Amino acid sequence: MIADIKAFLSDFLVLGDPLIYGADISIVLSMVAIVFVLSYFKKWKWLWKEWLTTIDAKKIGIMYIIAALLMLFRGGIDALLMRSQITFPNEGFLDSQHYNEIFTTHGTIMILFMAMPFIVGMMNVAVPLQIGARDVAFPYLNALSFWLFFVGAMLFNLSFVIGGSPDAGWTSYTPLAGAKLDPGPGENYYLIGLQLAGIGTLATGVNFMATILKMRAPGMTLFKMPMFTWSSLITSLIIVFAFPVLTVALALLTIDRLFGAHFFTIASGGSPMMWANLFWIWGHPEVYIVILPAFGIFSEVISTFSHKKLFGYKAMVWSMVLISALSFVVWLHHFFTMGNTAAVNSVFSISTMAIAIPTGVKIFNWLFTLNKGRIEFSTAMLWALAFIPNFLIGGLTGVMLAIAPADYQYHNSYFLVAHFHSVLIGGTVFGMFAALHYWWPKMFGHVLNEKLGKISFWIFMVSFNICFLPMYFVGLMGMTRRMYTYPEGLGWMPLNVVITIGAFGMGIGFIVMVYNIYWSARYGKRDKTGDPWGGRTLEWATTSPAVEYNFAHIPKVETADAFLHMKEKGTTGQISKAPFKPIHMPNNSGKPFIQAWLMFFAGFGLVFEWYWLAIPAAAATMLVMAFRSFEYHDHHYIPVEEIERTESATGRLN
Amino acid sequence: MKRLTLKSLGVLALFLVFLTGCTNKVAVLNPQGPVAKQQYDLIIWSFILMAIVVAGVLIIFIYVLVRYGRKNSKGYDPEDEGNAKLEALWTIIPIIIVILLAVPTVKTLYGLEGPPKPANATGKKVEPITIEVTSVDWKWLFRYPKQGIETVNYAVIPEDTPVKIKLKAIGAMNSFWVPELAGQQYTMPNMPMNMWIQADHPGDYLGRSANFSGKGFAHMSFHILAKKDANFDAWVKDVKANKPALTMEKYKKLLEPDIAGEMTFSSYPKVLDKKDAAMEQHMNNDDMEGGMNHDSGH
Repeated sequence: MIADIKAFLSDFLVLGDPLIYGADISIVLSMVAIVFVLSYFKKWKWLWKEWLTTIDAKKIGIMYIIAALLMLFRGGIDALLMRSQITFPNEGFLDSQHYNEIFTTHGTIMILFMAMPFIVGMMNVAVPLQIGARDVAFPYLNALSFWLFFVGAMLFNLSFVIGGSPDAGWTSYTPLAGAKLDPGPGENYYLIGLQLAGIGTLATGVNFMATILKMRAPGMTLFKMPMFTWSSLITSLIIVFAFPVLTVALALLTIDRLFGAHFFTIASGGSPMMWANLFWIWGHPEVYIVILPAFGIFSEVISTFSHKKLFGYKAMVWSMVLISALSFVVWLHHFFTMGNTAAVNSVFSISTMAIAIPTGVKIFNWLFTLNKGRIEFSTAMLWALAFIPNFLIGGLTGVMLAIAPADYQYHNSYFLVAHFHSVLIGGTVFGMFAALHYWWPKMFGHVLNEKLGKISFWIFMVSFNICFLPMYFVGLMGMTRRMYTYPEGLGWMPLNVVITIGAFGMGIGFIVMVYNIYWSARYGKRDKTGDPWGGRTLEWATTSPAVEYNFAHIPKVETADAFLHMKEKGTTGQISKAPFKPIHMPNNSGKPFIQAWLMFFAGFGLVFEWYWLAIPAAAATMLVMAFRSFEYHDHHYIPVEEIERTESATGRLN
Repeated sequence: MKRLTLKSLGVLALFLVFLTGCTNKVAVLNPQGPVAKQQYDLIIWSFILMAIVVAGVLIIFIYVLVRYGRKNSKGYDPEDEGNAKLEALWTIIPIIIVILLAVPTVKTLYGLEGPPKPANATGKKVEPITIEVTSVDWKWLFRYPKQGIETVNYAVIPEDTPVKIKLKAIGAMNSFWVPELAGQQYTMPNMPMNMWIQADHPGDYLGRSANFSGKGFAHMSFHILAKKDANFDAWVKDVKANKPALTMEKYKKLLEPDIAGEMTFSSYPKVLDKKDAAMEQHMNNDDMEGGMNHDSGH
C-alpha cells in the first residue's frame, strides 16, 4: 500500500530530475511572491474587479498579450535548453526523454500558447477601436474565450511538474502518440490542454467575425476598413472553418487513449495516417491564422511610418482572401513523403507554390508603399522593414519545400526547421513586436523607449539570422529535427555552435525588450494626444489608453484611413463634443473565470482518468452556463454626467 | 543600411556554397546516384529562380529605403495608392516562376515512380534487386528475399543497379533517408510503400530515420554500402557461409524497443515471407505484450 502510494507520487510529481525540482521551487516561490505582493498592497479586490471579471476587450487583449509574453519566455527557455544539448556532439546535458518532452512543449507552446494569444490579444486591443465600436459583439463570450485559453495553457504547462510532459512532438503523430507506444498522462495533457484553448479560439473567431461584420461605425464599408481589421476578419473566417477539425481530431485521439477506441490504431480498422490528415487540415490553415494578422499589422505600420497611403489596397485584400482559400487545399504538403501517388503530390505541389503568387503581390505592394514615402525609422517600422527580407527568405525556401521531389530531401531536416522559423519568427513574431511597439501607447498611455527598442531590435534581428541561416545548411548536411544528440565526425558541430550563439543572442534581445517595458512604464514618455505616430485609422482618434467606452460619440466614416481624413477636415473634435447620450455597456462578470477553472479541473481529471473529479467538474460547468442563461440584467448605462466627467478629465471636452 | 549589406553578403555566400560545391559534407548537395541527382537538379534549378527573386526584391527594397529614407527626400507623394500596370506585372512574374517550377516538378515526380536509368548507359538492361526495409523501434531491418539473408542497420547493394526498397514499419512511423542516394520516404505500419535507390559508385552512404519515433530515434542511423557487382556477390556468398541464422526467437527479440548495432544473418525464418503481412498486423495491434490491452478479444 505505502509502496503503491510512493510509486504514484514519484510519477505524479516527476521525482528525480534536478531541472524539475528547479521548476517546482521557482513555481512555488513565484506563487508565494504573487500572493504576498497582492496582499501587501491590498490588491486582491482590484485584481478581481478590474481584471479577472472584466469583459472589456481592451483589458482582455492586454491579458492575452501578457500571457503570450510569459509563454514566449517559457518556450524560449525550452529552445535554449535544446540548443544547449545539441551544440556539441554526444552531450549529456539532457537525456532523450527530457529532450523529447522539451521540443514537444516548445513547439506546442510557441504556436498555440504564444503566437495565438499574441494575435488574439492584438485583435482585442485594436479591432473594436479601428472600426469605431465600443466593444466586441459578444463581450461575455470574449472573456470566456480568454479564460479558456488561459486554463488550457496552464494545464499544458502543469504537465512539466505534475505527471510528465507530452513527448511525441507538437504534431503528436499516431501511432507514436497512441496509448500503446506512449502510455501515461503526458499526451493527455496535450490533448486536453489544446482542446480547452481551441474551444476558446473558436469562440474568438465567431466573435470577431460578428464584430467586424456587424459593428463597424456608420460609413465604414468593407473596403474602407483598416488593413489589420481586414486581416482579422479573414483570420476569424479561417478559425471558424479550421478549428472544428482540431476539436474533432483531439476528441477522437482522446477517446482512443482514454476509452480504448481505434480511430488511429491499426487494430479494428483504424488509420494512423488519418491523424496526419486531420491534424494538417487544421494545421496548415493555422499557419495562416498566425501570419495574416501580422500581414495586417505590417500594412498599418508601413503605411503609417511612410506617411503614405497603402499601395494597392484592393490587391492587398484580395490576396489575403486568396491565401485563406488556398490555405485549405495544401495540407498534404506536410506529408509528401507518405507514399502518395505522383498525381496527388503534383496537385499539392502546385497548389502550395500558388500561394507564392498572392504573397508575392503583397510583398511588392509593401515595397511600393515605401516608394515615394517619407520613411520614418521608428522601432515598430524597423520590425516591419526587417520582416520583408527575412520573410522573403522563409517564403522562398517554402516554395523550395513545395517541390515534392526536392522535399524528399528537405523533409524533417533542419532545412525545414529553418524554414518555418524564418516565416514564424520573421513573419509572426516580428509582426507582434511591431504591433507591441505600435499599439503600446494605446494600451498603456505611454510610448516604449525608442533607443532601448532599437537596441533590442538589432540584437534580436541579427541573432535571429545567426541562428537560423546556418540551420538550412545543417539540414542539407543530413541533420534531422528532434535528434537529442548526434555523433562526432559528421561535420555538424561548427554550424551548431553558431546556431546556439544566435539562439542565446535572441534571448538577450528579448531581455532588453522586457527591460524596455519596465523602463518605459516608469520613465517613458506619456502620450497625452492619443495620436503619437500621426496615425491614419480610428484607434488614434480616441485617448491613450482608450476610455472604457472607446468613443463618446461613434465616429462617422467617409474614407479609408478615416482618422487621417477627419484630421484633414478638422472634425476630430466631434467624437468628444457635448451633449452626450447615456452609453449602453455590458456588465462585468466572474462567471467566465469560474467556468473556465471548472473546465480546468474537469480537464485535469481527464488527464489522469480520475472520473470522480472530471464528471462533477463538468457538471458544475454546465451549471454555470445554466445560471448564465437566466441572467437578464447583464448590462448597464453609463450616465451622461459620468461621460462628461471622463471626457473633461482627458482634456478633450471644451 | 548595414543590415542590408550583411543580408546581401549572406545571400552571396549561400550562392557561392552552391556554386563551388563545397559539398562532400553537405550530403544533399552531393548526389551519388540518379535518384538523388534528379532531386539535386530540381533543388539547384529552384535555387537559381529563388536567387533571382531575392535579388530583385532586395534591389527594390534597398532603393526605396535609400531614396525615401532620408529626411526631406524629393518625390514624396502621400496619395500614391496603386498602379494597375505594375500590379499586373508583379502578379504575372510569380505565375511564370511557378510554372517554371511546376513543370519539372511534375516530370520528376512521375520519373521517380519507376526504376532509375543506369548512369553508365551501356544499353544493357540491369536486373533490379529488391530489399525489404522494416523500421522497428529503434533499428532498421534489411531483408533480401531473393538472396534469403537479413541484416540490421546496414545494407550492401551492387553499384549501378536499381534497388527497389519496400518500406514497412513495426511500431512507430519512421522515414528512410539516405541523402546521397535518394530523398526519403516514410515507413508506416500496415501501409507498404516502395522507393528506388541506386548508387553510381562504390562507397559508404550514411542514412538515418528522418521521422521522430521516440526515445531511441536519434540512434536510428544506418549505412548503405555500395560495392562492385563481383564484390556484392562475394559478400552474399560470405554471409551465407559464415553468418548465423536469424531464428524466430532472435527475430522477436529484435522487435523489442531498443537500439542495436549492425548484425548479419545468413537466413531468416521462411515463415516471415509468407506471414509477413499477418505478422506485422499482429505486431502493430494493440494486443501486443506491454500494450494498454484495451480489447481482450484475442
